[in-house]
Amino acid sequence: MDLLDKFDSIVDLRASLPFKKADPFKVVIEEVISETEAIIGGKRTILAGTNNYMGMTFYQDAIDAAKKALDDFGTGTTGSRVLNGTYGGHKALEAKIADFYGMNECMVFSTGYQANLGIISALGGKDDFVIIDADSHASIYDGCAMGNATIVRFKHNDVEHMERRLKRLPADAGKLVVVEGMYSMLGDAAPLKELLEVAKQYGCMTLVDEAHSMGFCGENGRGIAEELGVEHLADFIVGTFSKSVGTVGGFAVSNHPKFDVLRFVSRPYIFTASLPPSVVASATASVEAIKRSGNRRAHLWENARQLHAGLKDAGFAMCTKTAESPIIAVHLPDVMIGTKFWEQLLEEGVYANMAAPPATPSGMFLLRISVCAQHTSAQIDEIIARFKRTAEIVGLEV
Amino acid sequence: MAQTATLDTIYGLIGPLNKKSIELSTSTTFAADLELDSLTVMDLVADIEDDFDIILPLNMLPDLENIGQVADAVETIVAKG
Repeated sequence: MDLLDKFDSIVDLRASLPFKKADPFKVVIEEVISETEAIIGGKRTILAGTNNYMGMTFYQDAIDAAKKALDDFGTGTTGSRVLNGTYGGHKALEAKIADFYGMNECMVFSTGYQANLGIISALGGKDDFVIIDADSHASIYDGCAMGNATIVRFKHNDVEHMERRLKRLPADAGKLVVVEGMYSMLGDAAPLKELLEVAKQYGCMTLVDEAHSMGFCGENGRGIAEELGVEHLADFIVGTFSKSVGTVGGFAVSNHPKFDVLRFVSRPYIFTASLPPSVVASATASVEAIKRSGNRRAHLWENARQLHAGLKDAGFAMCTKTAESPIIAVHLPDVMIGTKFWEQLLEEGVYANMAAPPATPSGMFLLRISVCAQHTSAQIDEIIARFKRTAEIVGLEV
Repeated sequence: MAQTATLDTIYGLIGPLNKKSIELSTSTTFAADLELDSLTVMDLVADIEDDFDIILPLNMLPDLENIGQVADAVETIVAKG
């Protein structure tokens, strides 16, 4: 029995997609020109499908700090945070993020994925309940699968649907409600105030994942909880360095007095090597800069609104009524048009993301564009023009 | 074996999803017989939860492949209160 036979249907599905000149799962970025441009397939291409929202990947202070850390501390720690993998830099980064969020405690993980995995699996014990949004990121689902709690799911962003479920749970049980500030497929924001207020009303602890909202939501860029003034209702905030911060890694912050014990029980924190010193140094410099980046935030939102308005005026089926985030998603009618559109758009010199089930809600085919604070308004206009040309070429009626 | 009333309620909820109008029984499976995708199953689970005023935990779903198994699970959960 070949253990890989069970994936034959996936191989067949991939083979059935009509790609001729490019494959969205095998794109190679050959050269990076800037935060917003790269060479793909030998061609100069506008990057409109990265998570580099704040454009921090070439921030000079972060690059300088990383180079210095490489020289001073070497290429890697070769150890777990709880053994030899905690350097002064890791503690300084944790202090920097705790300060950024105005919270007492911070744990830094090696990826954002592991931050959710590590916190949710540790909090959700055998007799506890973890209540999640149906459109949660895979890291939240996997954190649930790794823990021993009973998992309760409610309809995406539906406060009333969540409340009906909370009502049915034992009043005295341990309960954790997990929501995201911004959902990455459609770029839609959560009604965080209502969700958190209801969760608290039913005695739940709460975790907010700000992966796709940190950097540009709220006055200091802390996320949607800051923007809506509800950070006091979040017991735990989880985030990542791989999007707005421009490197890799994850974190969780909290004011809980017993938070530190999670370092001894969270397996995704313990059983992996800690972040390399250079990554830690660039993350520290970048988070410090993000706090003071009001102008970048303002320009990012201008870009998002310009792109949303331009595509809407051109007749594309937008996934959100307005630009709720730097993720601007467009509905495409089916998988054939979806794949052809993505491929032609790349030919036109724009890299965006094709999103298909099961990563998308309700079986939707989407083209997702993520804008960057470093995109110029001329680049945004160019993306809109190339979208229109692509629609004509592939025969998409708009 | 689940009671008729429980099964009838579940048949009623599945009705609109039964696109090929196959005959429903306790052995009807959601994936192979009804060809429901995971998102439709999710909505069905929510409807069953609301109708019976219970929680069908996500952890339990992989074991519920046919209508009879769901009906039995519903009754077990209802009985536990």
